[in-house]
Amino acid sequence: MNKIALIIKREYLTRVKKKSFIIMTILGPILMAGIGVVPIYLSMQKAEKQTIEVIDESGLFVNIIPESDLVNFVYPKITIQDARADFFKTDYNAILYIPKVLLSGGQHGIRIFYKKQLSASALNYISDHLSRIIFDIILVTNNVNVNFIKNAKEKSTFTLKTTQIDEEGKDKNKNMAVAIGISLVSAFLIYFFIFLYGVQVMRGVMEEKTNRIVEVILSSVKPFQLMMGKIVGVALVGLTQFLLWVILTTTLYSVATVTVFKGMDLKQIQQKEQVIKIGANLDYNNMNNFEETPEAMKIWDELQTMNLPEILFTFLFYFLAGYLMYSALFAAVGSAVDNEADTQQFMLPITIPLIFAFIIAQNVIQDPSSPMAFWFSIIPLTSPVIMMVRIPFGVPPWELALSMGVLVLTFIFTTWIAGRIYRTGILMYGKKVTWKELGKWLFYKG
Amino acid sequence: MNILTAKNIVKRYASHTALNDVSLEIPSQSIFGLLGPNGAGKTSLIRIINQITGPDSGEVFFEGEKLSPKHIGQIGYLPEERGLYKKMEVGEQALYLAQLKGMPKAEAKKKLKAWFEKFEIDAWWNKKVEELSKGMQQKVQFIVTVLHEPKLLILDEPFSGFDPINANLIKNEILNLKKQGSTILFSTHNMGSVEELCDNIALINKSKKILDGPVKDIRKQFRSNVYEIEFTGNMMGFTNALWTGAELIEHNCEDRLCKARVKLLGKTTSNDFLQSVIPVVEIHSFNEIIPSMNDIFIAQVNAEAPGGVSKNFTE
Repeated sequence: MNKIALIIKREYLTRVKKKSFIIMTILGPILMAGIGVVPIYLSMQKAEKQTIEVIDESGLFVNIIPESDLVNFVYPKITIQDARADFFKTDYNAILYIPKVLLSGGQHGIRIFYKKQLSASALNYISDHLSRIIFDIILVTNNVNVNFIKNAKEKSTFTLKTTQIDEEGKDKNKNMAVAIGISLVSAFLIYFFIFLYGVQVMRGVMEEKTNRIVEVILSSVKPFQLMMGKIVGVALVGLTQFLLWVILTTTLYSVATVTVFKGMDLKQIQQKEQVIKIGANLDYNNMNNFEETPEAMKIWDELQTMNLPEILFTFLFYFLAGYLMYSALFAAVGSAVDNEADTQQFMLPITIPLIFAFIIAQNVIQDPSSPMAFWFSIIPLTSPVIMMVRIPFGVPPWELALSMGVLVLTFIFTTWIAGRIYRTGILMYGKKVTWKELGKWLFYKG
Repeated sequence: MNILTAKNIVKRYASHTALNDVSLEIPSQSIFGLLGPNGAGKTSLIRIINQITGPDSGEVFFEGEKLSPKHIGQIGYLPEERGLYKKMEVGEQALYLAQLKGMPKAEAKKKLKAWFEKFEIDAWWNKKVEELSKGMQQKVQFIVTVLHEPKLLILDEPFSGFDPINANLIKNEILNLKKQGSTILFSTHNMGSVEELCDNIALINKSKKILDGPVKDIRKQFRSNVYEIEFTGNMMGFTNALWTGAELIEHNCEDRLCKARVKLLGKTTSNDFLQSVIPVVEIHSFNEIIPSMNDIFIAQVNAEAPGGVSKNFTE
């Protein structure tokens, strides 16, 4: 068997068999699924209904504030002073006080008195509805047709839909939220994996160096073979973990969704089913029917309008090329030092561009075609993260080709440099290495 | 036929020269001792022979061919600083290292099992290396070094870390391997084992080879006409009898029983010397003192040192 294949196999198997790998592989998706499911689950837990005692001195609101899942209202005919005095003798959760002189600026006098803080959504609900009622009352008292205004308001309200079109004038329908989601997730994954597995390469190199097995191995293989075997082996571990995460997360997510949403009432389920049926012959004319489409369905529809194969391909490309470029540098660092503490001075210049890329990713999302976005998606040390941020928003093919080309060239270059540092460093013991020294190593003869 | 010939090897690092024009010839099926103080350049030379690094100039030939990666499978190397992957299982690791040397897996496994039984460590096949004692790790490493039956075995301090029983076990294996046709390049500071095992040696000091040849010849070469004599008699009479033919180096008497070291001078032979002392004292024993490798090592290395003490063995 080819020696480099043997090395890859060992690097891969020893890591995949490790307990920490198995634990990470299982815990990762649970965490991710948890992040997705728990908020939904929590939002579905109905808060206890709050009863509000309305002291309406104006008399305009009695029995007209609509009830909801969150709150209901009672309208006792007592003064605010009595209500406050007896508040703790009642079961009411809060007192809503509406002063008399409402229409001449009295709305500023509306107050809530509570024992325990009401939820933000309950408070919003109350102020929203009061405001609407006051608005109607003002219209009515000024002889304006309420229905007319409401109608006009409804007809003039809309959400601005943005659609990018391609050269042939066809829709390249992109939903900003979905694009941003894909951007952030893929940029984060690339950042995360480069760090996680780059450091693993470094540790692996240091392990071989400090326990001196490297000398035995180098009597059988070339230093470059050992370095590349390790880098590729760890890359495969990364891919395996990523794949397992995707599979496990989707499985877990769907299982969790089914279990958690069992409690969903029949109406919602029917609605969902209807959506799925109609979804088959979707067209814009009955788009209105979909106003109640669950969020997940919308996202799914919009995902299909994205160029998923392109995104997947570029993701894998930047994932691998970015990792290869960085891990070669990490390997060089690992070979140059004797212990973990000494890695710091060399790690910093490597990690700064990566962290920097991750930080400016937020700005790039705001304007994915800005010069900053362009340059940082070409510069190889930041391009794996930044280009992935831009991809879901559409990137001209030449920019993509340029960025990929530069990245591949840089990868070859860093691997060459790393190979030179590595083969010298790995056999150098008990010496505090400086940058100057690393530079000299580049020009040593094999 | 030489299994390995190194010609004019030069290896420089940024601040110093590790090997300066070093040439070596290692005859087949022999044990060759590579000697030298710490930092002399032995490890650099061993790394070049193992093709871990390359020389700046000079050439190495393996069985007459220029050394190239195809010879890797015919060389076995046990470095001074031993190391194995701590978290890996013993058997798995031995298999991996054997395969890296180019052995097919099945063959490697079969031979490993045999060696493990021979060294009585077969119960440890599935244990992790970190669970093994240091001596056992050393055994595993030795097995891995010799498993692929290399024509040239390079052993750097092979006995360090072994108790006397296991050191003997390893020594016998080394002799066994030589009998089976292997050549052993043996780097050590233990001069006793050099005298015991080595056929030839080379002494490297300060990146230069300062001495090489068969151990017997070297020791003869450094003979300095010093003899030890035990006798009963008068010490004064003995000293007078020496006259100009010999010089008394040291002596030690208990009552009339004396032990003395003398250096024969000029053309005096041992027979001349004996003739001159026989009338004076009663001789019990008379031996030539052949310098030990230890003495030669120290003398040669010190002679090189600036201001070093040149011992009496150098001419």
